[in-house]
Formats: sequence, C-alpha cells, structure tokens
Amino acid sequence: MTTLKMPKVDRKILKDREKIIQDISNFTKRENVLAEREELKPYETDGLTAYKQTPMLVVLPENTQEVSKILSYCNKRKIKVVPRGAGTGLAGSALPLEDCILLGLGKFNKILETDYQNRCVVAQPGVTNLAITHAVEDKGFYYAPDPSSQIACSIGGNVAENSGGVHSLKYGTTTNNILGIEVVLVDGTVTRIGGKIFDSPGYDLLGLITGSEGLLCVITEVTVRILKKPHTVKAILLGFPSIEDGGNCVTQIISEGIIPSGMEMMDKVLLQATNNFSKAGYPLDAEAMLIVELDGTKSEVDELINKVASISKENKCSSVKISKSEEERLKFWSGRKAAFPACGEMAPDYYCVDGTIPRGKLSKVLKEITKLSKKYKLPVANAFHAGDGNLHPIIMFDANDKTSLEKTEKFGEDILKLCVKFGGVLSGEHGIGVEKRELMCEMFNNNDIQQQLNIKNSLDPSSLLNPGKVYPILRKCAEEGRLHIHGRDKSKFSDIPRF
Amino acid sequence: MEEINQNSQISLDFNSDILKPNNENDLKEIIKYCYKKDLPIEIIGTGTKNQIGKKLQCSKTLDMSNISGIVEYKPEELYITVKAGTPIKIVQHELKKKNQYLAFEPVNFSEIFKKDSKEGTVGGTLSCNFSGSRRFKVGSARDHILGFKGYNGKGEKIKSGGTVVKNVTGYDLSKLVTGSFGTLLVLSEITLKVLPLQTDIKTIIISGLALEHSLGVMGSAIASSNDPSGTVFYPQNLRDNFVFNDLVHPGSITAIRIEGTKKSTEERVNNFFEDLALTDKKTTILDTTQSEIFWEDTRALKVFSKGEKNILRAVIPPSETANLINRLKTFHPSYFVDWGGSLIWLELDYLSNQKIEQIRKRVLEVNGYLTVIKSPENIKSSSEIFTIDPIKFKISQNLKKSFDPKRIFNPGKMYTGI
Repeated sequence: MTTLKMPKVDRKILKDREKIIQDISNFTKRENVLAEREELKPYETDGLTAYKQTPMLVVLPENTQEVSKILSYCNKRKIKVVPRGAGTGLAGSALPLEDCILLGLGKFNKILETDYQNRCVVAQPGVTNLAITHAVEDKGFYYAPDPSSQIACSIGGNVAENSGGVHSLKYGTTTNNILGIEVVLVDGTVTRIGGKIFDSPGYDLLGLITGSEGLLCVITEVTVRILKKPHTVKAILLGFPSIEDGGNCVTQIISEGIIPSGMEMMDKVLLQATNNFSKAGYPLDAEAMLIVELDGTKSEVDELINKVASISKENKCSSVKISKSEEERLKFWSGRKAAFPACGEMAPDYYCVDGTIPRGKLSKVLKEITKLSKKYKLPVANAFHAGDGNLHPIIMFDANDKTSLEKTEKFGEDILKLCVKFGGVLSGEHGIGVEKRELMCEMFNNNDIQQQLNIKNSLDPSSLLNPGKVYPILRKCAEEGRLHIHGRDKSKFSDIPRF
Repeated sequence: MEEINQNSQISLDFNSDILKPNNENDLKEIIKYCYKKDLPIEIIGTGTKNQIGKKLQCSKTLDMSNISGIVEYKPEELYITVKAGTPIKIVQHELKKKNQYLAFEPVNFSEIFKKDSKEGTVGGTLSCNFSGSRRFKVGSARDHILGFKGYNGKGEKIKSGGTVVKNVTGYDLSKLVTGSFGTLLVLSEITLKVLPLQTDIKTIIISGLALEHSLGVMGSAIASSNDPSGTVFYPQNLRDNFVFNDLVHPGSITAIRIEGTKKSTEERVNNFFEDLALTDKKTTILDTTQSEIFWEDTRALKVFSKGEKNILRAVIPPSETANLINRLKTFHPSYFVDWGGSLIWLELDYLSNQKIEQIRKRVLEVNGYLTVIKSPENIKSSSEIFTIDPIKFKISQNLKKSFDPKRIFNPGKMYTGI
C-alpha cells in the first residue's frame, strides 16, 4: 500500500492538459469536465483509501454517444482512461492515474425499463444495486446479487467487478444474473452484447467483460434478470464451541444436499464486536457463530431449518435460535452487516481482505490467520461467506503509524497467499485492482498471465483502458508484453491442489 | 508452470490423419507439431455434436477420447474435476452415487444425430454450451464451469478459474471458452460445479392450451415464488410422442416441473393450482419417475428424433414468442418451446439458404438469435450457422488470434475467417 508502481506518466499529455480540456468540452458540456484541484479531490481514491492519486481530469459524460466520442478522442491522442462507477470498490480498480481522464459514470443514473414479461430491468451503469430491487419490489421482484455496499455501489461497477454478496451460493454472482450490456470499446465503437435473452451466440463476451475491472471496455447499459421473492425466508443462529465444529457443520449441511440461500460465519472477535455494536442477540460464549438462511415455500423452509438445527447438534452446537419473524431475521443480520463499523470502534483503521477458499479448509486457514495475527501483532476479526468459501478477515490497525500500515499490508498479502496455497483464489468479490496485482503470480504462471494480456491487447492494443490494474507491473514486464514472475511451485504445501 | 517433456513416449505417429493423445504430454506435442507445421486440426471428443457448425476440412483430427477420467470429486465442496474427454454419462453416473448432478442438463443430441444414445464428452458439452430446461433457474453450462486447464494454439498450457464459485481473479476465461466450439483452445481438464439432486420431482401438465395461453401460463409460473425448474410447450401435433399412464387428456402439452423435498413439491403444486386456476379436468400430475422420462425426452429433443430433417434453434425474449411463431408459420415448421418461452426448437422438412436467412431475419427483428443445428452439408456450407454482427465478428477474430494465432483449432467451424 505504501509504495505503488504505476504505468509511466506521459508528460506530453500533461503538458497538453488545457488543450485536452477544450477538446473534451466539445464532446460533453463544459460543466461535466472537472479540472480544478478541489473538484478533482473527491475522485482521487475509491473504496481502497490507502492509495490516492489526483487524476489529470475528471469527465462525467451524460450519454453513450458522449462516452464514444471521448474514448475515440483518447484513443487517437493515446490518453489513458480510468472508468469509475460509484467508487466503492475495495481493490483500487478505480484508482486514478496522474495522466488519465477519470471517466465517471455517475450521470448514467436512470432505470430505463422494468420489463416484467421478460423478467428483467434495463439500467444505466450508475444506478445503485439496491435501486434496481427498489424499482421492482412493489411487484414482489428483486435483483439477487447483494454486495454489502449495495446501497451505494453501482450496477456498472458490479459488472466490472463481478460482485457477489451473501447469497451467491444459491443465486450466483453478477455474471450469473445479467443478460446484456451495452459497451463502448476503446476506439469509440458502441456495441450491445446479449439482450433480454440467455446465452448469446458466439464467444461469451458478456462473461469475459464481467469481472474485467474496466480493462476491456466502458459499460454504458446493463440488463439484469429479476427474480420473484421467495414465499418464506428464515434464518437460524448457531453458536459453536470451536471454529472447527462450525466448519464441520457447514460441510455437513452441504453434504446432506441443502443449499442455503445464505450461510455466514463469524469468529468470536467479530461476533462480540458486532453484538456490542448492534445488539443482535448473538451467543457471546461461542467461539464461532453461523447464520444460516433458507428460503422457499413455507413447508420447505420449516423442514430444512429443522434439518439444519439437527445437523448443528451433531456438530456440538452450543446454541440454536430460529427467527420467528421477519423482524428477528433482519436483527440476526444486523450484526453481520455492521461488521465494518463495529471494527471501526475497536481500532482507528481496519483493512478488509477478500479471498476464497474451499469451504472444508476453513478451520485450517483460520488457524494460520491466528498465527499471522500474533506474528504481526495486529488483531484480526473474521467474517466468512461460508456457503461459497469467501473469506473476509478484517485487520485492525492505525494508519497514522507507518509501520502498522506496512505490517497490515504484509499481513493481508500473507492471508491471500494462504488462500491460494489451500486451493482457493485471490479474490472472491472485490477484484484484483491495484491491491492484489502483484499477487497474481501466486496463482498464475507466465503463460496464464500472458494469455490474459493477449486478450487485453486484442481489445485495447495501446493499453489505454485502466492500465496498471489487475496484472503485475514488476519492472518493465507488462508494458513490453513480458512478465517477471516469482518462482512458483517452490512453496511449502506442495501437496495441496492449487487449481 | 510449463510441463517439461520428460516422459513423452512419442509413440505418436504424426503422419496419421487421426492423432489420439494418450496423455497431456502427447497432447502438447501434437499441438506444438501442428503449430509449427501450420496444420489445422479438428478437435473431437466422441463426435456426438460434430455435425453442428461448419464441416471442417482439416488435415488432422485430434481425438480427445483417451484424455479421460475423473481427476478429483469433492461432493462436500460441490465440484468435480475431470479430464476433457470424459464421457458425460460417466460423470453423471459418478455424481448420482453421491446424490448430486449437473444441474444445467446439457442437451442430449445423440438421438437426433443418431449416435447410439451416447452423449459425448464433458469437453464437447462445454464447448457447445447447449443447456436444458433448467436454464432460467440455474443457468447454462457456462454458469457451471468453475475453471479449466487447456492448451492454446501454440501448445502452451493455460489455466483459469479454480474450484470455487466466487472468483474475480483475472478475466473469466472459463466463460469465454465455453461455447467457443473448440476454436480458442483445447480443453484438457475441467472443473464443474455440481449440485444436490432433488428428492422429489413433479410435473404439472396442462392439456389443450393454445400457444398464447400457454406462454402466459409459463410466464406466470416462472415469475412466481413457486420456483419451477422447467416449463415447456408442445403443440397438439407432437402430443402423441408422450405416452404416460396418467396422461389421458388430449391436446397440446404445457408442462411445469417442480423439484424439491416431497413436502415442498406438494405445497408448490397446490400453489400452482390456485395461482393458475387449474382444474383437474385438463391437468395431470406426473410423479418423479414419469417426470424424469418426460424431461429426459425433452432434453434429447425426442420429438424430432425420427426424421432426417432440419433443426434450427431460436432464442428470443419470451414476450416475442407468440408473434415470432406466427410469423414463421409460412415455413410450416414443427416446433416446441422451452425456457418458459425463450427457446424455440424448430424442425423443417425442407431448408434452403434463403429460408434460413428469412427465418434469421425474423428472429433478429425480435432481438433474438438463430443457430442452425442440423441441415444437409450443402446448405450448411453456404449458410451462416451462428448469428453474428460485424463488430462482434471483429472482436471475435481478435480474440481467436490471441489464443490461436495460426488458426489451427477448428478453423471456420463457427464463422468463416475465425
């Protein structure tokens, strides 16, 4: 976090700044071009606030044609462009570059169509995730992926990062819930991919672009599928005397053929912190706690929740509480949803790590994290989307203390390396951005990364769209199409499958 | 890490027209050889779907059927990793032992292409991405691939994804290679998401509905909280293909599948009766065994299995289905509707290039796409099989080049020039 190498700044572009402002003002209203220092300030970071960089300019286009003209111009002038949705991303994918135009999609904030017959919503990319559900909930529909930041994060950003949420095991992530997008390519070409239909013919460009973190094109419209809300939703709170017992319970629930709509685990540190914060009624004597949510018809939910309760007893569960009302169910979740502010009360700063592991490796990984916490002398609280293996350790530190920040950075890196060692991946839902860029070599070898760079090159030959993100910039490697890769396969745990 | 060629037995006869690797090392050597010599290769598994797409004129055939076997199956982690040439039936059989399955129900083309009820390989299934009736609920093959290993057109080993469902670590190449008909890389190993089998299946069959009415019923069913896992419409002329003791009513078939625990399916059947104002007079409920047969037949396009006819597949927004089918009447197709109205399978006695383009035009007008599944070679060779526009053609061409710079993998299979 402390030092970050970014692509070489093009001084010639910076010198031409005034001319560029004039030119861009031909494509959109002058008021949409932000050039004053105080106007640029709010855009200098995204949700990963440890990195800051003032962009050369911020441009806030109002429609697709404007985006197209701006990109076409930037492509000709070789000006770097960093797209940005709501700026809530936690991996620094929308971190500006000194010589870039930050392309803010905030003015694309309209829902264009709610189409119940085709069960979809067409929205501009700046619409928030939650606003989509709000637009259709009077008819009993909702949009399934629900990242924690759903009140603020934009649907365009969700597509760029393939955002998840707590219901991914049953309902999938963004990539499984969108039908179509309109995009502008780097040369200004506008094209629509998909539509109100499943599985477009030809290469799955929708799948490629989802999660591509703004490196391949700019998204200007999104069509999402909507689902009818289930008849009944209930949650069960389960306390366990150890993380291991909780982990075994998760495994057994899945093994017995139950797919809960949500299954969250919190360790003792987090459950105590969140309970203090939101009085959610958590079992404070437990070492680990699970919130298991089931949805469906009434009889199905009742049947499955009893089954989960009995499985939990087989796994030494120390307390069981089933929600008796919608109010109580939401109360169960209130603590989990307050994880960040609760940690904020415990330390001046916190840093949320995002990695995915195979569910069954949870207790092993958490033990290692505890060891690391002692090694770095930094407290950590663990939240875990146990259903889909997505781990969110929250490291508490003091950003004013430079060594504390450096240690936090190392600690986070070590956790992600652990995830990979235990057969998981570097990011479950936040993306790679700049945060985990250099760790890509932990998971991929030269060929793998080179293939991905070739794809980038085929869509953005001059590497103008969000350069410096996702792929490592070690020495001169990425710019020249060659990579310096850490030695692989020399590590411990060589018996653990990595794929 | 690039595998070093340590134990290459080079028992491979590169002069043979059919190159059949026994292991990944052979596979790599074959691709490197073809890359070096500029030799285009047709990739096949067991050949059950090789009639889809353009006929290839490659000097070599890469037969992947020996790259077969289950690498790792973790029921509690809900994934299975298999080698690409593993028959899909073996995978299904293995999963069934642990009460799990491939929820995307790959379309079984073996009957319409007369392939002795073989269903092909996992690699072939993923490369084609044709998924069954559960599509609107669980997604298609592309939603069930978690990761892969494979070889690009230079013979370099590439991997992407992993074994977990939540993963944003670089571009999602798993999606990109699914449905690419073997034109980007040769898959060697695939990790698939698996799901628990449902214990009880019921199928509500409503007889005698007109198409428009049926589409309304299917739409309401999907847009309800009763969570159906399949809705299909067979017009009256196809009714006699379905013989079940319980199915006594004449007329068209509108079927709604419900899966879950017994209590849950019973509750949902009752809900549907109420919500859709169904009466016993025209409604039949198929039990689990009968339901399995009904949906297996649907998955195998059984109603089209008898003739040597032409089969087309149109995917459109469900709101346009009735309109499109009316506009296609002039071509006298036999048809049925899946995915709650979004997927139309068409069978035509006679097909010409002109007819294909006329039908495609009508499908495009309602923002859908058309794929030619089965037709005589002379028609296929001069028609577009898949729908594409010039912008996406250019993107696809560039993507192809990034994987397979010399265009040695299935060149022209999807589009001329790709």
